[in-house]
Amino acid sequence: MAAIRFDAVSKRYEGGRDALTDVTFELASGELAFLTGRSGAGKSTVLKLLGLIERPTRGAVIVDGRNVSRLPARDIPAYRQQVGMVFQDNKLLPDRTAYENVALPLIITGTGEREIGRRVRAALDQVGLLDRERQRPPALSAGEQQRLGIARAIVARPRLLIADEPTGNLDPELSLEIMTLFRRLNEVGVTMLIASHDLPLVERLRARRIALADGRLVPVPEAA
Amino acid sequence: MKLGAWLTRHAQNALGSLGTLSRNPVASALTIAVIGIALALPAALNLLVQQGRLLTGDVEATRDFSVYLAPGVDVERAAGLAATLRQREGIARVRLVTADDAAAGLREEPGFAEALATLPANPLPHTLVVRPAPAATAAEVEDLATELRGEPGVDLVRVDTGWLERLTAILDLVRRVVLAAGALLGLTVLFVVGNTIRLDIQNRAQEIEVAKLLGATDAFVRRPFLYLGFWYGLAGGVVALLLIGITLAAMAGPVARLLALYGTGARLGGLGLGTVAGVLLSGITAGWGGAWLAVGRHISAIQPKV
Repeated sequence: MAAIRFDAVSKRYEGGRDALTDVTFELASGELAFLTGRSGAGKSTVLKLLGLIERPTRGAVIVDGRNVSRLPARDIPAYRQQVGMVFQDNKLLPDRTAYENVALPLIITGTGEREIGRRVRAALDQVGLLDRERQRPPALSAGEQQRLGIARAIVARPRLLIADEPTGNLDPELSLEIMTLFRRLNEVGVTMLIASHDLPLVERLRARRIALADGRLVPVPEAA
Repeated sequence: MKLGAWLTRHAQNALGSLGTLSRNPVASALTIAVIGIALALPAALNLLVQQGRLLTGDVEATRDFSVYLAPGVDVERAAGLAATLRQREGIARVRLVTADDAAAGLREEPGFAEALATLPANPLPHTLVVRPAPAATAAEVEDLATELRGEPGVDLVRVDTGWLERLTAILDLVRRVVLAAGALLGLTVLFVVGNTIRLDIQNRAQEIEVAKLLGATDAFVRRPFLYLGFWYGLAGGVVALLLIGITLAAMAGPVARLLALYGTGARLGGLGLGTVAGVLLSGITAGWGGAWLAVGRHISAIQPKV
C-alpha cells in the first residue's frame, strides 16, 4: 500500500487561481521523493494538502489508505500529530529554548516528562544540537535553526515527514548538510516528501523527483 | 494521556499562566485593579444590605412603644393592666414604669430636678412599655397600638416605627440596586478579562499557529488562556476583598455613632466567610468566563498558514 497517493487532485484558491490541476502520484512507504518546480509551480500546495492546511477542490489525498482530504475538522489534530513538518522559515518559537521547541510535539500528545526528556535529547543528538539545548533560536545559526526544526519534526517519530523548501534560506554547503540529514532519517524508514527548487542539490542526492509546472505534473527533466 | 502526565500538564499551564502575569506586571496590575474595583462595588453594597438587615433585626428593641395611662389610674390598676396585657397574643413583654420611677429618672437629667421641685405634684402618668412579639409586622404593631388606645384607663399610645419601615424600604431598594450593579459590573469583568485575553491571544498568535501545525487541539491551545482568566479573576477577587476590608475599617467608627443615635449598640460587622468565598468565587467565575468567551471566538480564528 502506498504511503501517499494523490488521486486526480485539483486545487483552486479563492479568486480562481488554479494551484494544482489533476495531479496524480504515489509515494511508497519509506520512500524519499523531492517535489521540484519553479516558484508557483504548486509544490507548497501539495504539502499544504498533505498537512491538511488546505483541502483539495477535487480528487482525493490518501495517506496510509485513508482519504485525509475528507477528514472532519475534529480529527485533524490527531492526523497532524503523525506528520512531521519542516518549514522554510522554521516556525520555531523564539522565546523558547531549543529543548522546549523540540519538546512541543510531545507535550501536545501528552507524553510523560521522562519520556519527553529522553526523546528530545535523542532528536537533538540526531541533528547534532545536543549541546545547544538551552539556547534559544535567535542565538543559533541559520543552519542550526533548520536542524532544530527537523529535530522537532522527527521527535514524535512520524510515519510521514514533509518539508517545504527546507534549504531555501541556506548556503549551498549548509543545504547539502540538511539534505544529507534528511537522507539519513529516511534510511530508518520515514516516508519523506521534500519540496525544493534547488535542482542541482536534488540531483546530487539521487532520489526520486516529482516535477510540477503550473500546477500540473510534468516529466522529470534529465539530469544535467 | 496518563493521569500523571495530564495533571503535570495542567500544573504547568497554571504556573505558566501565572508567569505570563508576572512578565507584564504593570498591565497585569491595572487589569487586576479594574477587576477588583468592579467586584468590590457590588460586594460592598451587598454587605451593606446584609448589615442593614442585621441592624433592622437588632433594633427590634426600638419597636417598644409606650402606653401612657390616664392621670386617675393608680399603681395597682396599672399593674393589673400590665398583667392583663402580658397574656395577650402579639405582646412579648410589658414593663410598668410608675409615675414615681419616671420622676426619679427625670430628676437625674440635668435641669429637670429643679423644674420638678417647683411643681406641686408629680405630673407624670404611670406608663406601660410594651414590646411587640418579634414576628409582628409593622402593620400588626400599629393594629396592637390602636387596640390599646381603646382600653379603659389608657390615655395615649405613642408608636414610632416609621423610621424602621423607611429603613427596610431603603434596604429593599439597595438590594435591587446591588443586583443590577452586580450584573453590570460582572459583565464589565467578563469584558475586561475577555479583552485582555484577546490581546494575549493576538500576541501569541505565532505560538498558537505553530502548535496547531504540530497537532494541538483547540482544547490544548485554550487551556493556558483559561488559567490566565482564572488568575485574573482570583487576583481581582483578592483586591476586591482588600478594598472592602479597608472601606469597612474606615466606616466602622461613623456607622457605630449613627447606630448609637438610633438607640442600638449594634456595630458594623467584618468580612464573613460567606462574603470572602462569594467574592473569590465571583471573581474566578467571571475571569474564567471572560477567558472562555475570548478563546472561543479568537483561537478558532487562528489557523495555520504556510
